[in-house]
Amino acid sequence: MKHTLAVLVENKSGVLSRVASLFSRRGYNIDSLAVGVTEDPDISRITIVVHGDDHVLEQVTKQLNKLIDVIKVSDIGTDDAVERELALIKVSADVDTRAEIMQIANIFRARIVDVAPKSMTVEVTGDESKIQAIEKLLRQFGIKEMVRTGKIAMVRGPKKV
Amino acid sequence: MTTGSTEKVNGAKALIKCLEKEGVDTLFGYPGGQIIPFYNELYDSDLRHILVRHEQAAAHAADGYARATGKTGVCVSTSGPGATNLVTGIATAYMDSVPIVALTGQVPRSLIGNDAFQEADITGITQPITKHNYLVQDPQEIPRIVKEAFHIASTGRPGPVLIDLPKDVQNIEIDLQYPDRVELRGYKPTYKGNTQQIKRAAEEIANSCRPIIYAGGGVISSNASAELVELAETIVAPVTTTLMGISCIPTEHPLYVGMLGMHGCKYANYAIQESDLIIAVGARFDDRVTGKLESFAPNARVIHIDVDPAEISKNVKVHIPIVGDAKQVLKSLIKYVQCCKSAEWIEKVNQWKKEYPLAYRKSQDTIMPQFVIEQISEACKDAIIVTEVGQHQMWAAQFFKYSKPRTFLTSGGLGTMGYGFPAAMGAKVGRPDKTVINIAGDGSFQMNSQELATVVQNDIPVVSVVLNNGYLGMVRQWQELFYDRRYSYTFIKGSVDFVKLAEAYGALGLRAEKPSEVRPAIEEAVKSGRPAVVEVIVECEANVYPMVPAGAAINEIIDLEEH
Repeated sequence: MKHTLAVLVENKSGVLSRVASLFSRRGYNIDSLAVGVTEDPDISRITIVVHGDDHVLEQVTKQLNKLIDVIKVSDIGTDDAVERELALIKVSADVDTRAEIMQIANIFRARIVDVAPKSMTVEVTGDESKIQAIEKLLRQFGIKEMVRTGKIAMVRGPKKV
Repeated sequence: MTTGSTEKVNGAKALIKCLEKEGVDTLFGYPGGQIIPFYNELYDSDLRHILVRHEQAAAHAADGYARATGKTGVCVSTSGPGATNLVTGIATAYMDSVPIVALTGQVPRSLIGNDAFQEADITGITQPITKHNYLVQDPQEIPRIVKEAFHIASTGRPGPVLIDLPKDVQNIEIDLQYPDRVELRGYKPTYKGNTQQIKRAAEEIANSCRPIIYAGGGVISSNASAELVELAETIVAPVTTTLMGISCIPTEHPLYVGMLGMHGCKYANYAIQESDLIIAVGARFDDRVTGKLESFAPNARVIHIDVDPAEISKNVKVHIPIVGDAKQVLKSLIKYVQCCKSAEWIEKVNQWKKEYPLAYRKSQDTIMPQFVIEQISEACKDAIIVTEVGQHQMWAAQFFKYSKPRTFLTSGGLGTMGYGFPAAMGAKVGRPDKTVINIAGDGSFQMNSQELATVVQNDIPVVSVVLNNGYLGMVRQWQELFYDRRYSYTFIKGSVDFVKLAEAYGALGLRAEKPSEVRPAIEEAVKSGRPAVVEVIVECEANVYPMVPAGAAINEIIDLEEH
């Protein structure tokens, strides 16, 4: 089962490597990892998607909590949460296909952020399934390059992690 | 969060003043290019510095000092190879939860990342084997970092902390103000156990007919031996210990059933397998203890007391978890418990004890290694016993009679050959009032025998008893039992004359070749008050029994008679 963990850490150099290496040395698999600073400049938030049963999740959480620089670990997968990922997809395009690609982008509320004679770059945000869906549709034109940020997530309503 | 006046000193001097404030009296170390500023200031300080001959020994010595005294041990090295030589000692301390602080020199900040001469990313290297580590980027942070390092190393579940100090950081002048408090929002260990859980545990104990207390190294590090014995006596339950838990209850206590696990007493393994309630204290259900997990104590409920929440339900499903310091939790638990219905059970356990005692074949002609341990036990009551790793380690665990905590120091988790001699040196420096005996094998002793120079130079009278069987004995035993007696590269006979080796360094060297010579040699070595090596030529193919093969259930025991 997939779990989404929100990990608040001290915003210091080396912290991300401590967190990531903990996963590799204990044999846990990271599906996705995204990191950035929070509203408090001293605190960064790492969103980690990890695969495993309840026992694995319990161990991951406890081992993360043991790191001195980890302030808090929350499993937000079970709550009602807003989950987003951003992807940039560079797709083959010419005068014949450009309009169709723009149409698809519109339907997905995606944006065209670059156009060149033989390609277009689409920026799309959404949950995993939406990004997969647009990727599938754009594939017919030929995807030249694609980059995804990894998932970030936040609990809905007044609750904070 | 600082008190007292500010003074201007360079980073190196600040570091020394901070160590003094932490109550450090002794350092084990080895100088080098990138730590010279620190050594330069050390020259004028009152701190005792023991110059080892290899940095690995500095880390083990700090570890032995910490285990013997309960204080935090400190070791120092230069950058690069000096720092990487500390790694085995740091990993050893990490696996056994021993508080040490390692100080390493680093190339100047401007050279970091340039593959400079003697540069190694030691904070990166030691990340998985330290409780926490620091690369000091700003010299002004030295006081805060030192304060935090000692706090982290010695509190909660203890462990090693490393501080990496670039050379230029040691030279820059700072305003020294030592903080009197530590503020770490991500680190708040729980010491007091949850009262509801403690009451539930007491209920479980009251309902139990076949309880057993399973005590680990956490009992010793939290100084909870007295409470543990009190709990056992109050509820009347047998006590088994892990290798790390040895000495937390006197060997001769009537409720003690010895060590459990791979080389544990047969009766301890039977008792844990047949129990209906395990009270685990400061122990982590290591695979050397549990054997095959699915067959471990199949009918037992489990109460687990541990300061590290991550240990609870890591390997074995726990019914009542109690996160907290062993001493504090046991103190509260004792208030709620009374004698449980264990009378029949105790009788049964005692029956097993009589039926399956620890035994070995006695011999008049050759020296049996177990006999040597018994002789040390009789000649050196109350000594601190330190061991290397291998067969001799297990015999020392099985046949010495321990009476006080912190008197059995051994590398349990990592199983580090070469640990014993330098750790014994550290223990003797920390406890000069005690006789310190390093029980060694001929293989292990050669991994750090260069420290004979250190003990002689610094007049540290540690006695090493080398059980020489001409083999890397434990591996040979496995080859005998599980690899068709193919002794692939475990024969090391004649590698060195240990008596001459000791003498070459200026230590006392003695040899025993007959059973009658063992006791006098040990007594002479201890009485000499000098660093000494006693080489004992023992039966070369003696094995450690009982033995549970790796991966078997712990009541599937190979015993003496079968081989």
